[in-house]
Amino acid sequence: MSTPYAKLPAWADYGLIPLINLSVAFIVAGFVVLLVGENPLRAAVILVEGAFGKGTGIAFTLFYATTFIFTGLSVAVAAHCSLFNIGTEGQAYIGGLGIALVCLSFDSTLPWWVIFPMAIVAAAAFGALWGLIPAYLQAKRGSHIVITTIMFNFIAASVMVYLLVGALKPAGSQAPQTRNFLAGAELPKLNWIIELFGAKIRSAPLNICFLLALVMAFLVWLLIWRTRLGYEMRTYGHSPKAARYAGISETRIIITAMMISGALAGMMALNPVMGDQHNVAIDFVSGAGYVGIAVALMGRLHPVGIVLAAILFGMLYQGGAELAFEMPAISRDMIVIIQGLVILFAGALEHMFRPYIQTLFASFSPKSVGMQAVKGTGA
Amino acid sequence: MDTFNAIIQVLDSTIRLSVPLLLACLAGLYSERAGIFDIGLEGKMLVGAFAGASAAAVFHSALIGLGMAILISVAFALVHGFASITHRGNQIVSGVAINFIAAGSTIILGQAWFQQGGRTPALQPGERFEAINWPGADAMRDVPIIGPIYDELISGHSILVYFAFAMVPITWWVLFRTRFGLRLRAVGENPAAVDTAGISVAWLRYRALICTGILTGVAGAYLSMVQNGGFVKDMTAGKGYIALAALIFAKWKPVNAMFACLLFGFLDAAAIRLQGSPLPIIGKVPVQFMQALPYVLTVILLAGFIGKAIPPRAGGVPYVKER
Repeated sequence: MSTPYAKLPAWADYGLIPLINLSVAFIVAGFVVLLVGENPLRAAVILVEGAFGKGTGIAFTLFYATTFIFTGLSVAVAAHCSLFNIGTEGQAYIGGLGIALVCLSFDSTLPWWVIFPMAIVAAAAFGALWGLIPAYLQAKRGSHIVITTIMFNFIAASVMVYLLVGALKPAGSQAPQTRNFLAGAELPKLNWIIELFGAKIRSAPLNICFLLALVMAFLVWLLIWRTRLGYEMRTYGHSPKAARYAGISETRIIITAMMISGALAGMMALNPVMGDQHNVAIDFVSGAGYVGIAVALMGRLHPVGIVLAAILFGMLYQGGAELAFEMPAISRDMIVIIQGLVILFAGALEHMFRPYIQTLFASFSPKSVGMQAVKGTGA
Repeated sequence: MDTFNAIIQVLDSTIRLSVPLLLACLAGLYSERAGIFDIGLEGKMLVGAFAGASAAAVFHSALIGLGMAILISVAFALVHGFASITHRGNQIVSGVAINFIAAGSTIILGQAWFQQGGRTPALQPGERFEAINWPGADAMRDVPIIGPIYDELISGHSILVYFAFAMVPITWWVLFRTRFGLRLRAVGENPAAVDTAGISVAWLRYRALICTGILTGVAGAYLSMVQNGGFVKDMTAGKGYIALAALIFAKWKPVNAMFACLLFGFLDAAAIRLQGSPLPIIGKVPVQFMQALPYVLTVILLAGFIGKAIPPRAGGVPYVKER
């Protein structure tokens, strides 16, 4: 993505600007709280205390963060290849189907440490497959990936509803979900790590998927910045023309990137399905795929940033639940607004404050912005 | 005669269901023809529906409701413009953001203002747009064939339904027969050329987005003030995305858009009608299949198996003036 803006020092680019954008998003959200007739500062205090005040709160925060690390990485991998994968939601949903098939077949016979790798593979494979079709259509037939992935989200929802009210529903049950998995498909909790620090945890769904998410974040970093494939993806993302001249196959790179992205999205389903609910229910993804867009943008497509942004959003989810409890006028939907504002200010309006900051930097130390500063500020 | 009545009923609900799609689709047509992708149709419809129903309930007037729906929807369209035209942000990211802000704020504000779990108060007669009975509809009712067609299909809709269908030829005329339309299409294909001719690209695109805002506002008002007697949370339920699909299906042309929306509306009406009852020859069709069909058809079209959908050339690309 070429921008008509000059360069800033790295710490300003990756630290200062996201921080400013985030603050603006929260200030606007504060106005919404004011409009509802509550005190935004008190709301913020309740939110942070709810997320980090007690051991249980921290565990829940990290549980939500796990989900968002997966979806954030999924969006980011595709974005490095300049593909906007809005389909993370649907890919995660279909990933849940893969997990359901594995767990329902083996949970009575095998222990969790055999089922878990199989479930990872199944979730990744199903998610990747759901990403493959839009990728193929983009690469071979030139259909816009944004539109096709949106369509595939809806198709995924229809497929899953069809299966969950039909084939996957146990006979005699009314609820549109699979039967509960047996102990063999339950993942071990990680709450003891937080308890090491002396906090008490009643019951929180934080599980080993959190570690898997961190490993995946590291692998994505390795992939994007330390492998040939990652280099090719970034090249294509930067300039498809240059990639073509360098002999990089457009079809191969688009399809690979989207399949990796879909696989990461599919793996997100492990966390709520095997770590928490122990069944696959209708709409279990509940918007986490879209949160991934916000997380990836906030984290500036870098795994470290994504993990931090995911924890931030985990905090919003957990703290938001507490907030809804303390301030009845503010329901959990407040988070949806904040999410939207973060996407707006950190994503669509990311360049809004840039020229001012550049002018500021240029006036203090012209060297830090390089020679281009004079040309860039006017744009 | 029973089959005939059933067909008339399905067609009648086809019209009712396709109106919000048609309005949103034409709304998308203006912005996409001007080179601005708009994923945010869904969100703008939602805020329109909310603003319309709340204003109508508070001020006891359907017209004030419609006015507010349009106003708020245009305001959201301008936010999209501010991000994607003035600040050259990613248009898809901006649209996604608008959908989120709309989904969250309508629930939060609805709950804070009316305390009915995200609903607005049920609209009384006079606060909604009533059906208009055409002259002679009652007298015609008993005439075979033509009677039900006139009475059910043509007469007995609200003013917004006629407005939606009137917008089809009007949009065609504006886009293909006026100077504004020519420039609007040009700015979606080759903004540099428009700029060279001394016309402001940004201002043209902003005007296109205002048209989009007006139409999504009317679409929202239709949902909450005609189809439903009040606002219910998430009441657009993906209609904005179906409208987007219809727009692609129509290859960015107004008359095609009408047929695409009628087709998608018909699928919806048929899905409701057929719930559980088997079809001849095919047997029982799962509801989910009918619901997924618009999306599947659009994907097939996008794949180039039914003609080729070629979007406006400058779509999605922020315009940077050369210097």
